[in-house]
Amino acid sequence: MNLETLPLQFRDWIVSLFPGALQWFVHHLLSITAILTFFGLFFAFTTIAERKLLARLQNRLGPNRSGLPWFRRLKLWGLTQPFADAIKAITKEDVVPAVADKVLHFLAPVVIVAFSLLGFAVLPFGRHLIPVELDAAILYFFAAGTATELAIFMAGWGSRNKYSLLAAMRALAQLISYELPLILSVVPVILVVGTLSTSEIALAQGGWTWGIIPHWHVFTPWGFAGFVIFLVAALAESNRSPFDLPEAESELIAGHLTEYSGFKYALFFMAEYFGLTALSGLGVTLFLGGWQAPFAFLEFIPSWLWFMTKLAGMIVFFIWIRGTLLRLRIDQLTRLAWKFLVPLALLNLGNAAFWTLTAGWTGPLVLVRWGVSAAIVIVPFLLLGRRLSAGYAPRTYRYAA
Amino acid sequence: MLGSGILKGLGVTAKNFVGSYHDPKRMVTEEYPDTPAKLPEAYRNFPFLVTENATDPMGTLRCVACQICEKECPPQCIYIEKSKDKKPDATGKPQLYPAVFAIDTAVCMSCQLCVEVCPFDAIKMDQVFAVAATNRFEGLLLNREQLAKPNEYFHQIRPTEAAEVDGRLTAERKAAEEKAKAAAAAKAAAPAKPAAPAATPAPKPAEGGTAS
Repeated sequence: MNLETLPLQFRDWIVSLFPGALQWFVHHLLSITAILTFFGLFFAFTTIAERKLLARLQNRLGPNRSGLPWFRRLKLWGLTQPFADAIKAITKEDVVPAVADKVLHFLAPVVIVAFSLLGFAVLPFGRHLIPVELDAAILYFFAAGTATELAIFMAGWGSRNKYSLLAAMRALAQLISYELPLILSVVPVILVVGTLSTSEIALAQGGWTWGIIPHWHVFTPWGFAGFVIFLVAALAESNRSPFDLPEAESELIAGHLTEYSGFKYALFFMAEYFGLTALSGLGVTLFLGGWQAPFAFLEFIPSWLWFMTKLAGMIVFFIWIRGTLLRLRIDQLTRLAWKFLVPLALLNLGNAAFWTLTAGWTGPLVLVRWGVSAAIVIVPFLLLGRRLSAGYAPRTYRYAA
Repeated sequence: MLGSGILKGLGVTAKNFVGSYHDPKRMVTEEYPDTPAKLPEAYRNFPFLVTENATDPMGTLRCVACQICEKECPPQCIYIEKSKDKKPDATGKPQLYPAVFAIDTAVCMSCQLCVEVCPFDAIKMDQVFAVAATNRFEGLLLNREQLAKPNEYFHQIRPTEAAEVDGRLTAERKAAEEKAKAAAAAKAAAPAKPAAPAATPAPKPAEGGTAS
């Protein structure tokens, strides 16, 4: 039995049970079901992992009381918590404001979940494991991802609540600001590999230098810079701390989610995690070698397992960031995007162009290539970084002693 | 450099994460209902009556029903009835004992004044805090059977104070014993009055809990 193609064999076996005319339909339906069940469960366990991990990062224990019904003795380290949360969310009262736009208010959570799920279609989960093989996969991914911003504004507008509307506008400002560095950080990869297809980008990162250093994009100067920009922008795009201003509880009483309760609220929550998972998956594909194993002798482990390991690693890193950093102010947030990330990402684009032009250099010129490329990353980073908070810090207090 | 603070912060939380698994200083959470709460030694809540012997709590109460605590209690939550007869105490001296000793815990404010005034070290502060009753009148009125707890228990909850009290009591009893011996010797030396009661041997601190 070949573990590598096991999911495909299983799918083909189920498809073969149906009559020929229905097979294309069953084929796609199976892909959709697999994504929905797998990432639905993945979402559930991400929430408990996040709560546990955050607790440990802050010297707490985290949820550990929920067990199984009728088996009170079995605590299972609280791993059944997400199911208890789901039951709670479903059984809660769904309050809709009397003056709300009923249609928009209802549609917003549906739309946001639908669009955030679309991204999974083009992620190469393994060597042969990609739900939809698209030539313009990255274009499609960002088109689907950007549509979630529409849903956030739908929620803010449809709630007919001042907090919701203001927060939704703030969220739009943030999301549009960070859409730019996010896409600009991805463009160098497309420039170097020369394709928009995610499976081909993952394939292009195979092989090792001297047998140990994998050819992942993150191990090049432009790729590293792109990856860091991508990480920051992905954090902001998925509304995660330290960029969680759209739903800043302490300032905006949960922002565009103010008028949502029960399962609709859970849907927004779900969409946020789906978006985060999909963006992490894209980051893994573009920069961390996709489903490629880090070492040649580890290639016996199936590729989809490698992809999931890296994806989980990315999510753990995002949780770690959330447990560490404080929320930014809205002006700091937009300043970081427009004055820092966008110029760096643009320079990085030039860096990638230099990298492709010098692909033929050999001998000592390789060192020159790496040196120049690293300089294009580091020098602007230091210069821009010094200018970023010039005049803003240290803060002086006029009336405080 | 920009970003160095972020890396430093990530280091701090990473240390927290690793430390929470092996360093008790970083993981201070007590899972209270599962594991008993660790109380500081000085924690006090509601008084209890000290008995010398756990096997015979009612026979070895240190309390001699002098009623000082009853008179002293600010919220008047102690009720004592003296016994009609006398029982020998730990030193063998016949003493009164409380026929009824009740504390209304609904009224008690855990001020420790009863403990302060007791000349016999018979009442001490307990550390119970998980108290509940189904009836707020009889349920919260504790009688002497419920209040009596052995000296070993006192050693368990407050070892330093218990050791100090025990040391003092044994010293006092020893002194009393020696004094009685000396008196007996003096009486034996004086041949004028060969009275029978003086010839009885001096009382000994024979009862169980005193030596602990």
